[in-house]
Amino acid sequence: MADTHKPASPPNPTAPNPDIDAYAHEEELEAHLQTKRMYINMGPSHPATHGTVRLKVELEGENIASIDCEIGFLHRGFQKSCENVTWTQCLPYTDRLNYVSAMMNNFGFLNAVEKLIGLEIPERAQYIRVIGSELHRIHDHLTCVAATGMELGGFAPFLYGVEARELIMDRVAELTGARLTTNFGRIGGMNRDLPEGWSEKVIKTLDKVMELVDEMDGLLTRNRIFVDRTKETGIITAEDAIDYGWTGPCLRACGIDYDIRKVKPYWVYDRMEFDVPVGQHGDNYDRYLMRIEEMRQSNRIIRQALKQIPGGPIIVNDWRIALPPKPEVYGTIEGVISHFKLVMEGIQVPAGEVYDCTEAANGELGWYMVSDGSGRPYKVHVRAPGYPILSAVPHIIKGKLLADLIPTFDTINMIGGEVEQ
Amino acid sequence: MDRVTAQFPEAVAERYLDRTGGAWAVIHAEHLPKVAAFLKNELDFKLFTSIDAVDRLHLAENDPRFEVVYFIYSLSRHEHVRLKVRVSEANPELPSIVPVFRGADWWERFVWDFYGIRFAGHPDLRRVLLYEEFQGHPLRKDYALRDRQPLIPERPIKDIFRGPGTSGVS
Repeated sequence: MADTHKPASPPNPTAPNPDIDAYAHEEELEAHLQTKRMYINMGPSHPATHGTVRLKVELEGENIASIDCEIGFLHRGFQKSCENVTWTQCLPYTDRLNYVSAMMNNFGFLNAVEKLIGLEIPERAQYIRVIGSELHRIHDHLTCVAATGMELGGFAPFLYGVEARELIMDRVAELTGARLTTNFGRIGGMNRDLPEGWSEKVIKTLDKVMELVDEMDGLLTRNRIFVDRTKETGIITAEDAIDYGWTGPCLRACGIDYDIRKVKPYWVYDRMEFDVPVGQHGDNYDRYLMRIEEMRQSNRIIRQALKQIPGGPIIVNDWRIALPPKPEVYGTIEGVISHFKLVMEGIQVPAGEVYDCTEAANGELGWYMVSDGSGRPYKVHVRAPGYPILSAVPHIIKGKLLADLIPTFDTINMIGGEVEQ
Repeated sequence: MDRVTAQFPEAVAERYLDRTGGAWAVIHAEHLPKVAAFLKNELDFKLFTSIDAVDRLHLAENDPRFEVVYFIYSLSRHEHVRLKVRVSEANPELPSIVPVFRGADWWERFVWDFYGIRFAGHPDLRRVLLYEEFQGHPLRKDYALRDRQPLIPERPIKDIFRGPGTSGVS
C-alpha cells in the first residue's frame, strides 16, 4: 500500500544537517512561509468523525487540495453473517447497522422480508412500528444536531441534546428492554405490546424533549458563530446530490421534495398528517434546519399515532411465521413442533427476490433480498443511506477550507455501522 | 421498461415483474452504459440508488455465475427500475457506468472488493471496505465464513467463540 501521507524526499548528503550543524536552521528561519503541500491524516478515530473513517487530506495552505476517504475500519461482514443464519437471527445484526436509530433498520428489514413472503401485519403492529421509528428518528437527529453544536463550539446544546436523548432512551428501554440495540420487531408483527401507561409517559416525555429542542434551536439557529461556520459551507447542488444518490434530509436540503413516507406510504403513514421540510441552498445550515424541523414533524406523528392506535393482536396468527404462544408450546404437540421448526430451521421464505426501501433517519434504507426457499437468506444487500452521501464528500469539500470539513462531516451524519456494514 | 425495449431491442435479454410488482430487465453487458445513459437522460431516472452482485453458485441456474444488479430511481415518476447484467466467472468484467452516474463510483468499488468483478473504465478501482493486502473476495459463496486474514496477528485467546455457522459450508 502506498503511504500517500508521507511525501517522499530523497536524502541529500551535502545539505546541512539540522541535528549536527549549528546554523543549519538559519535558511529555514529566513525563508518565506512554507508553500509546499502538507498531508494530514484525520482519523481513523478523530473526535469529529462520527464513527471510524480516515480522511487523507492534502492541504495547500488552509485549502484542501485533495481528499481521500478511507472507510472499512468497522466492517463486520454484515452480508456474510446474514447469509449463514436464519432470517430471524439476522435481526440483531440489523440493529447494529445504524446504532442510533436501531428500530428503523430493524423494521426496514422486516418490511422487506414481509413483502417477500407477501404478508400483511396487524394494524396495531403497524402503529407500533410508526411510533418506534419516529421516536428513533428524533433520537438520531438529536445526536446529529447536538454533536454539530458541540463541534462548532457550543457545549450547552450538546448537553441539552444528550438530556433529551436520555429521556427517549428511557422510554425505549421501557418498551423494548434495551436502550440502544433494541431487536424489537419480529417477522409478522412485534415482539411485545406497549407497556401499561406507556403512551401517557411518551406524551409527557415528548413535551420535555420538544422544550429541549426549542432550547437548542434558540441557542444555535441565530448564533453568529454557528451561522458563520455553517452557512454557505459544504454546498452541493441538487443535480450533483441526485447524481451521487443522496436521499433523506441531506437531499431535501437541496430543494428536492422526496420522502418515501409521502411518496410510497408504508405501514400507516398515509393516515398521519405531517409536512416534509424542504431547504433551498444545500449547505450545512440547511441540513441542520432540516433536522430540527423533522424532529417537530416526528413529534406530531407520534402524538397522532398514539391517539389513533387500535387494539388487537400485535403479530400474525400463523405458526409457520410467528412463534406459538407459550401455553400452546408446553401443552400441545402442534405447538411444540412449530416452535421447534421455527427455531431450528427458521421461517421458510418462498424463493424469489425483492427490493424494498423505507425512509430511515438519514434517507432511503433499501434492502435487496434473494431467497432460495430455505430458512436462510441467500443474499441480503443493504443500501445504507450514508454510503452515497459520504462518497460525495471529496467532491463538495475540494478547494474549501479545512475548517469547513468539520461542519460538513457533522451535517451529513455519517454512521460508521451502516456505511461499513 | 417498454421504452427501453423499444429503443434497444438487441440489449434486453429478459424482462419480468417480480412478486411485488417491480420491473426488472436483464441487459447484455456491452449495452449497459448506453441503456443507463438513456434511462438517465431520456426517461429521467436520475437518482442512482445502488449496485450489488449475486453469486449464484448454489442456485438452480448458475451459469453465468454472477449477476450484477443496478437500482435506479426516478424522482419525477417515483418509480424504481432495476437492471441486471450477467457475468461469467472466467471473465468477470463489465463496462463502468461512472461516466453516467457519479454515484456508481463507490458502489462499483464495493462490488470489486467483495465479488471480484472488474469495471472497465472506472477511474479508481480500489478496494473500499477491506484493506489492500486482502486476498480473495469474501462475499463469493466459495469463500469460507471462517477464513481469516488478519493484518496484525491475532493474539491467542482460549475458548473464544468465532461467530456463527459452520466453516463456510451451507
